[in-house]
Amino acid sequence: MIGLTHYLTVAAILFGLGVFGIVANRKNLIMMLIAIELILLAVNINLIAFSSYLGDLVGQVFAMFVLTVAAGESAIGLAILVIFFRGGATISVDDVNRMKG
Amino acid sequence: MIQAIAFYLFAGIVLLSGALAISSRNPIYSVLWLILAFFNAAGLMVLAGAEFIAMLLIIVYVGAVAVLFLFVVMMLDIDYAELRAGFVRYMPVGIALALALAAEVVIGAGAWNAGGIALSAKAAPIAADVPNIEAMGRLIYTRYLFIFELAGLVLLVAMIGAIVLTHRDRGGVKKQSIFSQVSRRSKDAVRNVKDVPVGQGVEL
Repeated sequence: MIGLTHYLTVAAILFGLGVFGIVANRKNLIMMLIAIELILLAVNINLIAFSSYLGDLVGQVFAMFVLTVAAGESAIGLAILVIFFRGGATISVDDVNRMKG
Repeated sequence: MIQAIAFYLFAGIVLLSGALAISSRNPIYSVLWLILAFFNAAGLMVLAGAEFIAMLLIIVYVGAVAVLFLFVVMMLDIDYAELRAGFVRYMPVGIALALALAAEVVIGAGAWNAGGIALSAKAAPIAADVPNIEAMGRLIYTRYLFIFELAGLVLLVAMIGAIVLTHRDRGGVKKQSIFSQVSRRSKDAVRNVKDVPVGQGVEL
């Protein structure tokens, strides 16, 4: 019998994979964005699982908003990536110090 | 029984393709594994009874975001092997962090199973006789109307921001000048030619 715990376990492992991807691919901005997408997917699975478990539709509405923000985030992130590559021909995070902050 | 098989199939492929997406050598393969992960996550959501979000996941992610990623990966000319140099060095930290976060989530789920916290009343109970998409539509267009429109605004701002960020002016390109077009008057452009015999043409 598949229950809430199964879904939460899958989401937890996927979230961990995403965090590991961010840390391990610390040089490559594209891979970091892909890992962030995996994290948001894990969050959405959690929201859907609890929505189904509690019998409350608001979790699914919220998952839709998470999806919206994730789409906007990846679009802006890739745009910043493109202009950053245009300026220095690199996408390594170690070189992101142009603003000298 | 069939539900368990489907769940384990979808969950296994999600986790496997997620792992391959973050450890793949070539970012193009990563994006393709990401697409597979999203497809199977949509399967998981269908199993949980959220058809609308599942379809949205496929349309938005596989149709738009993954294609955007593929475009960017193929557009940039980068030596990806060099970028992977730190993978082994950063791996212990990454594994420790990932395990800590996953353990936290599992502990949270265990605490929830042990008794749970009494939450307030359900905000929008799922009705048994209404299809998922119809119920979502009723909720989005009534109670969450303003948040829904705000989400549209977020997408609009993201679109304009991406265009403004990546747009660049190139020299030597002919462009339409709306101002000079609109401010052109008939006395500058039209000449009345008199006293010309019919059929002979004029010099302009």
